[in-house]
Amino acid sequence: MNLGELRFMRRKVILRVVSKFIIPFILLFGLYVQWHGDFGPGGGFQAGVIFASAIILYALIFGVEQTRKAIPAWVTRSGLSVGVLLYAGVGVATLLLGENFLNYNALANDPVNGQHLGILLVELGVGITVCCAMVTIFIAFAGRGHR
Amino acid sequence: MIVFTLLGFMCATVVGIIRIRDLFSVVMLTGMFSLLGAAIYVVMDAVDVAFTEAAVGAGVSTVLMLGTLALTSREEKTTGSSRAVSGGLIALVTGVILIYGTLDMPSYGDPQSPIHNHVVPRYINQSPNEVGLPNVVTSVLASYRGYDTLGETFVIFTAAIGVIAIIGRGRRRRKKPEDQTEADT
Amino acid sequence: MEFSGLFVYWIIVALMMSGLYIVIAQNNLVKKIVGLNVFQVSVFLLYITMGKVTGGTAPILADNITVYSNPLPHVLILTAIVVGVATTSLGLALVVRIHEAYGTIEDDEILEQDDDA
Repeated sequence: MNLGELRFMRRKVILRVVSKFIIPFILLFGLYVQWHGDFGPGGGFQAGVIFASAIILYALIFGVEQTRKAIPAWVTRSGLSVGVLLYAGVGVATLLLGENFLNYNALANDPVNGQHLGILLVELGVGITVCCAMVTIFIAFAGRGHR
Repeated sequence: MIVFTLLGFMCATVVGIIRIRDLFSVVMLTGMFSLLGAAIYVVMDAVDVAFTEAAVGAGVSTVLMLGTLALTSREEKTTGSSRAVSGGLIALVTGVILIYGTLDMPSYGDPQSPIHNHVVPRYINQSPNEVGLPNVVTSVLASYRGYDTLGETFVIFTAAIGVIAIIGRGRRRRKKPEDQTEADT
Repeated sequence: MEFSGLFVYWIIVALMMSGLYIVIAQNNLVKKIVGLNVFQVSVFLLYITMGKVTGGTAPILADNITVYSNPLPHVLILTAIVVGVATTSLGLALVVRIHEAYGTIEDDEILEQDDDA
């Protein structure tokens, strides 16, 4: 038996249709949580997990091979490091602009604008890393045992 | 009162987790435990945390545990545990010590307690001018305590790398001959 | 000294200790990880209860609200939850590998096999 008995799940018409209908909205909600996290509840951590859960739902219903066609392994693996590098890169950029590490005031003319930009970038980095980490971990579990 | 009701549900869930042998049910109960925790976070004004716990604890980690069950076994062996007594004793003693420790703590919801009077007034009063975001949690997370969050991101990165290193590649030794046809359908 | 304000902490300590009991007393490795999860969620609860202010609201600034709950524990726990699931998955991956190497996930059987070898 493989995770969720993928072959079995693929035959369930209702699951297929409903998940096809729902997945775009989950992705959209993930993006909303990512970009609206400064003003309401949300942020990179939550958005990453929600985004990843949409991909995991897809993998549960349509199978791991199908998901790997849509999102190859190199995308998630490089995304994993791109997020961290983006976060640390913002820190280095502030260093080069003559401020302390991760002090975003220097990123724009106005300190408050700089903070906005810095937080947006940093949250994006967190979101990318978390999303890719969850997808990578899930596919490592689900892809085990049926290769 | 809502808090106590939800905590009561959580205690009942834990009793279920301890007693039930079917691991599938145990994993489902763990998901419920996390979801109840998320409900409590909402009551205690921690909306961001509740959001994360509902998505992570009740969603992703349940799926991962089910994945583990699919790769291992669904039933716990029914042999009696040899460490039930010592485990219970250790838990009891530790619990009593911890409860003794809570006697000094400020009572629940006390606005005068030290935790609310250290750096937090600055976060709440100054962050509109210094960071300019309405969500204080975001501004503390990403700006005031950016170092922390960078470290946490590295931990997630490392954990994912670890999972890839442990089970990301390679085959199971017990290879099924029908694998090929299964992949084709 | 009145204890009614501390009662929440006591229930949470009880939950925490059930998690510890599961980790120590249960033989099944998946159940041990479930116990760690229970312990973890209880610790998170302890932090969040400390951040609550009576009459306060969620720390999202708005006009005509003056009392906010403490955002600091929220920040700490928010990141801890995601790190928690990442480390849990690492533990589960180890369980999968142990099952492949030993054919069982009961720790007494694993110890027996180690002793025989």
